[in-house]
Amino acid sequence: MFFNMQLTYEIAGGDFGKAGYASSEIKKVLKKLNLDLRIIKKIAVALYEAEVNIVAHAYRGSLTVEIDTVKISVKAQDEGPGIADIDQAMTEGFSTASAQVREMGFGAGMGLPNIKKNADELNISSEVGKGTELEIITYLK
Amino acid sequence: MSTFGQMLISIEMTLNEIIKLTKGRLVCGDSKLNYMLKFAFASDLMSDVLTIDTDNLLLITGLTNLQTIRTAEMSDIQTVLFVRNKKVSQDMIDLANESDIALIECPSSMYKTCGELYKAGLPYVF
Ligand SMILES: Nc1ncnc2c1ncn2[C@@H]1O[C@H](COP(=O)(O)OP(=O)(O)OP(=O)(O)O)[C@@H](O)[C@H]1O
Ligand SMILES: [Mg+2]
Repeated sequence: MFFNMQLTYEIAGGDFGKAGYASSEIKKVLKKLNLDLRIIKKIAVALYEAEVNIVAHAYRGSLTVEIDTVKISVKAQDEGPGIADIDQAMTEGFSTASAQVREMGFGAGMGLPNIKKNADELNISSEVGKGTELEIITYLK
Repeated sequence: MSTFGQMLISIEMTLNEIIKLTKGRLVCGDSKLNYMLKFAFASDLMSDVLTIDTDNLLLITGLTNLQTIRTAEMSDIQTVLFVRNKKVSQDMIDLANESDIALIECPSSMYKTCGELYKAGLPYVF
């Protein structure tokens, strides 16, 4: 059987009231597809971390999820300041989050490492002054 | 996890028992009163909560905003206890109801609340 589905949500930078909305909608779709609950949770956590990063660190962006019979691929793209040193950003505890972001309960420098932990593959590309793109892949096994 | 001499006791408890122990008030999620809690985790940092991968977890926090509920939703956490007499907003209640999450308000500090539950035997994650 061949199956392929794609969903895209726009994310506004700085809008913490809405942060998590896109991840929540995508999680609902994954639940309807009757996927393994452990896999859904991993993807939901990775999506949410990526969404909050766009809200916290970028100007605007989008989450795109592509689901087929073998894997789920998430693309988190944004227009923003970009990441100068990706290895440093991947280090647990490294954060440049503003005081406002910290008040919202974020900015521990745990997001990117946690995305890596929850994904089978994580690819990050970024250009300073332009934006960042994350590709998060989970195999359905 | 109370210690009597060398003995270590871990006790699972229902949400209702937790409400009684902490003198809490159930704000929403009546259907969860008999839900079994096996572990508790306390934090005001949602990025830390998102790293926890444990089922039947009670989240104890003083952070009252929509992201607390979103974090619970994404992490499959079904019960959240707010300490320090923090009041949850209607927006939080609406979102919690949508995701079938029970919310409890309790008057004590984080330290006291955790102490009471620890003393009663509710296990920690790490
Ligand atoms: N989309 C992005 N655009 C620009 N910088 C980013 C982006 N995502 C992450 N960063 C940079 O990488 C750092 C580490 O990101 P990470 O998600 O691990 O932690 P955080 O967002 O600061 O805090 P937490 O995720 O624990 O709430 C950020 O503080 C920021 O400097
Ligand atoms: Mg982050």
